Amino acid sequence: MGASQSGRLHMFQDLADKTGFSTEQINNLHIRFMYLTQDEDTLRREHLENISNLALNPIRRQIVEAFFDKRNLGEKEKGCLQEIGFEEFVTILSFFRPPKPNTAECLEMKEMKNIKKEKLRFLFNMHDTDNDGVITLDEYRHVVEELLSSYETIGAETTKAISDAAMLEVASVTVGQMGPDEFYEGITFEQFMQILKNVEIETKMNIHFRKMDKRTMQCGK
Amino acid sequence: MPMPSSVYFCLLRAVFLVCFVNPLIILGLSEDVNEIQDHHHHQPKENLTGLPIVTFKWHHVQTPYLVIIWVFVAGLAKLSVVELSHHVTSVFPESGLLIMLGFVLGGIVWGADMAQSFKLIPPTFFYYLLPQIILDASYFMPNKLFFSNLGAILIYAIFGTCWNAATVGLSLWGCYEAGVMGNLDIGLLQFLLFGSLIAAVDPVAVIAVFEEVHVNEVLFILVFGESLLNDGVTVVLYNVFDAFVSLGGPRIDAAEIFKGIFSFVVVAFGGSFLGIVFAILLSLLTRCTKHIQIIEAGFIFVVGYLSYLTAEMLSLSAILSITFCGICCQKYVNANMDEKSVTTVRHAMKLLANGSEIMIFLFLGVTAVDTEIWVWNTGFILLTLLFVFIYRIIGTFLFTWMLNKFRLVPIEVIDQVVMSYGGLRGAVAYGLAAMLDEDKIPEKNLMISTTLIVVYFTVILQGITMKPLVQWLKVKRAAHSDLKLIEKLNNRAFDHILAAVEDICGRIGDNWWTRGWNRFEENYISWLLMKSKARKNRDYLFNIFHKLNLEDAINYVSEGERQGSLAFSRSDEAANVDFKKQFGSEFADVMPNIMVDMSNYELGIEHFSVTSIVKDTIPSVSLDIHGQDRKNAMDDINAHHLLQQHLYRSRKNHRHKYSRSHFSINQNEDEVQEIFQRTMRSRLESFKSAKMGVNPAKKITKHHKKELMHKMPNGHTDSTGHLYGDEVDRAVGRDTGAINSTFMRDMYTIGAGIENPVFLPDMDSPAHSPPWLMETEAVAPSQRAQRRLPWTPNRLRRLAPMRISTCSTDSFLMADVSLTLEEHEEQPQTDNEDMRPVFD
Repeated sequence: MGASQSGRLHMFQDLADKTGFSTEQINNLHIRFMYLTQDEDTLRREHLENISNLALNPIRRQIVEAFFDKRNLGEKEKGCLQEIGFEEFVTILSFFRPPKPNTAECLEMKEMKNIKKEKLRFLFNMHDTDNDGVITLDEYRHVVEELLSSYETIGAETTKAISDAAMLEVASVTVGQMGPDEFYEGITFEQFMQILKNVEIETKMNIHFRKMDKRTMQCGK
Repeated sequence: MPMPSSVYFCLLRAVFLVCFVNPLIILGLSEDVNEIQDHHHHQPKENLTGLPIVTFKWHHVQTPYLVIIWVFVAGLAKLSVVELSHHVTSVFPESGLLIMLGFVLGGIVWGADMAQSFKLIPPTFFYYLLPQIILDASYFMPNKLFFSNLGAILIYAIFGTCWNAATVGLSLWGCYEAGVMGNLDIGLLQFLLFGSLIAAVDPVAVIAVFEEVHVNEVLFILVFGESLLNDGVTVVLYNVFDAFVSLGGPRIDAAEIFKGIFSFVVVAFGGSFLGIVFAILLSLLTRCTKHIQIIEAGFIFVVGYLSYLTAEMLSLSAILSITFCGICCQKYVNANMDEKSVTTVRHAMKLLANGSEIMIFLFLGVTAVDTEIWVWNTGFILLTLLFVFIYRIIGTFLFTWMLNKFRLVPIEVIDQVVMSYGGLRGAVAYGLAAMLDEDKIPEKNLMISTTLIVVYFTVILQGITMKPLVQWLKVKRAAHSDLKLIEKLNNRAFDHILAAVEDICGRIGDNWWTRGWNRFEENYISWLLMKSKARKNRDYLFNIFHKLNLEDAINYVSEGERQGSLAFSRSDEAANVDFKKQFGSEFADVMPNIMVDMSNYELGIEHFSVTSIVKDTIPSVSLDIHGQDRKNAMDDINAHHLLQQHLYRSRKNHRHKYSRSHFSINQNEDEVQEIFQRTMRSRLESFKSAKMGVNPAKKITKHHKKELMHKMPNGHTDSTGHLYGDEVDRAVGRDTGAINSTFMRDMYTIGAGIENPVFLPDMDSPAHSPPWLMETEAVAPSQRAQRRLPWTPNRLRRLAPMRISTCSTDSFLMADVSLTLEEHEEQPQTDNEDMRPVFD
């Protein structure tokens, strides 16, 4: 970005306010961003796909997609972007920001719930690939398939059976006993929240952004 | 409601036990004990005047007899405690009740002997009672949770314990110097020694209390892990100070202190390392115990105990050794051993641990009733209580404060309160106190009585108040989830997502290490320590899947029993049940590779045990998933039991063969043949209605099930994707949109019209030549099969068929196969109907 040094600082400050990162973290992330994009202004899929550690991740495709998913960027419209700028990059990463430690104790329950909901929404969008607000069986099978793809000992059939079973589990818990004429569309976001309500996602879906130094910054390419 | 009467009855029984049975036993015992002394003297004098028919030889059996009587009494004690009214048990923790019962028993013994002839002595405790408890705790340790919190646990266990020991010791010494305790013969070192023995939070007490409270998992693992490890640390610390005391104050210089610290490190880490070595040995051993299944379960206990004794011999930390042995071996051992042995281990482990736990608490009570050990020193005792309590709180908050600086998810204040309040002292402290050498520590009895008071105070008082405290503070409880599979799937996805985001941010974090370790473990350690067969089936998700299926199998069978037979059907309400049944039938072809040894699969009763159930059963999709209280440990045994009752018994008499190394009766070819023939016949009956002209694969129909099952594992390794895969693809393609709309309906359909061919009247005489031989061309799917057909591919089930190599891709055939298998399973049930009175 052709902004001057002070302009950049200003931008970082804005981003920090918006996403809850500290300016230092933003700065670090920016370095990383520039490193990934090889000093371009925008990040494209192949940049992420080039990260060597990521290559071993069975669900990397979904994760990479999530970075380009407009829904995760707070936009109403659906669809995918081809490339994202630094701001979007940081926005996506802010889903993984732990709640600020100093405020953790006094966080209102409501606020905690919002954080949780946001994080769940992110996960939900990741599974709901066709943006129709429902994770259908096919979509879920796909997720499970990718998830288990690194275990070559589990055949495709088993994978399918597992995803089917999981889906049925959701159906039985969220809908209860179904009448003979009912059918199950798939997991809606409400049901998704319901089934994950016991998982303390607000404490789990976090990573440290704190200790980033030059050394680790360069790794993974 | 029979409730009041049963409660009343239980109470009555408890009262009876306590008042009558126990005194009788104990009075009898203690008198005998006295008699023996006399007996010994008299014996030589007796002259044999004639051949005695029977003689009373009490002294021959005295020791084992007393031991076993006490074990028996302990069992009764547990029974009476548990059967006590729920009002009492919901307030008092069991451990506290046992101690109090111990007071009563001790009082009776004391009343009889005017001395306490039964005491918990340290060698008994450390060599015979403690090891299995620790082994149990570590063997069932939730490893992932444990290792992800290992840092915190170690901090608490090592530094927390040292902190407690040092502060309590020093403060007591300070107060003593200030003259609060009057005149005692204790020096600084002795105070520190005492501090170190009183510092340990006791795993036995902690588990007993926290198990009933159900706090959230992180809190639980912190308290539990800490108590487990800090026992080891305390013992080490105790030994170091003990050595210092023997050395005497003046001769301790900087070098000795340094040596003490060094030995602390060596003993603790050496013990842990030794445990890991034994775990590796054990895992390797179980790799090759396939042919001695009956005894393989024993190796866990033997090797575990061996690691304990070896560490003790090398004066390393025995507790840490057995802890790490259990923690490290569990995964590989469970994978390597036959499922039956795994069940055996689990139950035996629980039995031993529970048994010793009861004994320990009971004897903690019994021991107290003894005038000899009680030395009262108000200052010392009260101050110890106070310091133990206060420094535990300070220590917890201090170390948590430090830890929270590094933890991603800080430990909350409420959790810290519970942690510090959960600092229960127990038998380890008492054992160490009783081990003190009276020559070196003149005030030994004071220390013992103080320790006992601290134990009673913490176990009983804190134990009782723990539950209300947890409720009052609204501590996050463990979530009871109905969902198993999807939760695990989500967790798995989570791990990957977090790791990926870390990669993207370019940070090497916890997830990176975890992943690296997992990969290493998978590639090398598993390769070394696990059977190749086991390795295949060890995926975590697959396990859950497997377990759920097992549960469903149990539900299925018990539902069948409830309704009178597995053939219940036709009821509209029972749609879900039939659904299960449907799955049940499907299931046999599903995952042959779960079976460790498929070739064992026969219709013989014994071979149908747990492993095969698992395979055969299913997944009720759990429409009634809520209703089940599932305790994993119980499942296996239930299944085993149920199946034992339900599986086929021929009208022929059992030919019981006794074999010490196998459980096998009735593996009789004729019988298998008979079942098969019946099944085939009944199946054909049901097929008459339609002629679809499907050509049955000869291999399937010609041979009985054993054969068939046999093939499957082979088939599925090679031609995996194609055979059945095409159909699946087609199916998926076809009903991408429709799938959801059909599946619930399908379940219903299945339920609607199942006839049970097994009940056809004429099944007894396989008179004519086997139908399957003649009808190679014309076997047609039955009504049932037809009904199934349209939805076979997209039916949702937990267990999709793994392909059967010998079978074509034809779904008709699939239905056929499953039918056959289903009927095989139903068959026994019908027979059992006749037999049941006999078994009941």
